[in-house]
Amino acid sequence: MKSFFAVLHRDLLLAWRSRADLLIALAFFVIVASLFPFGVGAEPNQLRAIGPGVVWVAALLASLLALPRMFSQDHDSGVLEQLLLSPEPAVLWVAAKIAAHWLATGLPLVLISPLLGLMYGLDGASLAVLAASLALGTPILSLVGAIGAALTLGLRGAGSLLALLVLPLFVPVLVFGAGAVDAASAGMGVSAQFSLLGAGVLGAVALVPWACVAALRLACE
Amino acid sequence: MLAMLQARQLACLRGERRLFRQLDLTVHMGELWRIVGANGMGKTSLLRQLCGLRHLDAGDLFWQGQALAHERDAFHAGLLYLGHAPALNELLSPLENLHFACRAAGDEVSRSACEAALARMGLSRPMHLPCKLLSQGQRRRVGLARLLLASGRPLWVLDEPFTALDAAAVADLAALLDAHCGAGGAVIFTSHQDVIFQTSLKLLNVEDFAS
Repeated sequence: MKSFFAVLHRDLLLAWRSRADLLIALAFFVIVASLFPFGVGAEPNQLRAIGPGVVWVAALLASLLALPRMFSQDHDSGVLEQLLLSPEPAVLWVAAKIAAHWLATGLPLVLISPLLGLMYGLDGASLAVLAASLALGTPILSLVGAIGAALTLGLRGAGSLLALLVLPLFVPVLVFGAGAVDAASAGMGVSAQFSLLGAGVLGAVALVPWACVAALRLACE
Repeated sequence: MLAMLQARQLACLRGERRLFRQLDLTVHMGELWRIVGANGMGKTSLLRQLCGLRHLDAGDLFWQGQALAHERDAFHAGLLYLGHAPALNELLSPLENLHFACRAAGDEVSRSACEAALARMGLSRPMHLPCKLLSQGQRRRVGLARLLLASGRPLWVLDEPFTALDAAAVADLAALLDAHCGAGGAVIFTSHQDVIFQTSLKLLNVEDFAS
């Protein structure tokens, strides 16, 4: 587990040192979500209806912004090579990189989302469900996105290719995430959506690190 | 005597071009190997194949008599590879970079041991500055400081370790490689400059195996 904590500590330290990049993604999230009322009009019922979907789509796009950087710096500097030569299991440090990425980019989105929900007039219970659905959903975005980032490592136009590759895979997360908030606003139970999102997180945690390691080995050849 | 690392009938393709084939190399403890060859003839590719970073287009590798494919973890625990890039993050200080490199490689090395290693490499002053402020030679030294903390790893594979170093640092590094070979380790390196060693140098020219 030494490599897990070493990588987690280092990546969080790096995220803190380059926090301007993270703030840009966060500002992007806020701005995209704020644009919709200008486009569709400020009718409260309509805003309340589209709010969950808009916040979720904005979160998807914002999380996409930071994905290409997940492995590319370490690939260029040779750190990835050194990590692949570690005698410790590679899935450990890959999992640490993904965890650090989520803590630095996903968690801030979760924390700020109730503010945006408020802008769309969501009630208290819906705001809580919105934040909770993002808390369950954004780890899936980081995990699935990590495969995309690893597969497009070192390619020309990696950023746009990555978006094409992973955005379709984000659709189920979007459906269940925004669906949970809609259900809460309509006064229905959300356990079905949350169970599916939870299953998604567990499935991704179990499978993604292995797939990432394979893709990273290929990229470092 | 059991060979530390043995390569049998290696071949390397880059695209459609064959860089070398039927290359044999046997490295025993105490040996200092220099890989030579013109630019683009496959020196770095060979080193990467020997480390397991690049797939083998033909041939087999053996670590202490065992097929490397089954001994990967033991092999990586006994190997130190320093590539062309010094594996440093620009935003971290030399101390943070070195400490991370050791811990990520699974070595339990204290911060003070890292400080001492950097001081020995002549980096006492810039130890806490971000690496982006360091010169090429200083970055190189940060990477090489790992050698001072890797006495437990018998095989060192170094790609162009003498690049960008000044004369005193070249002599220091040569002495370090000599000491490692004297202590029963082995070193494989590439270099375009002639360096004087105490240990008798073994040469392998990749161009001899070009087809």
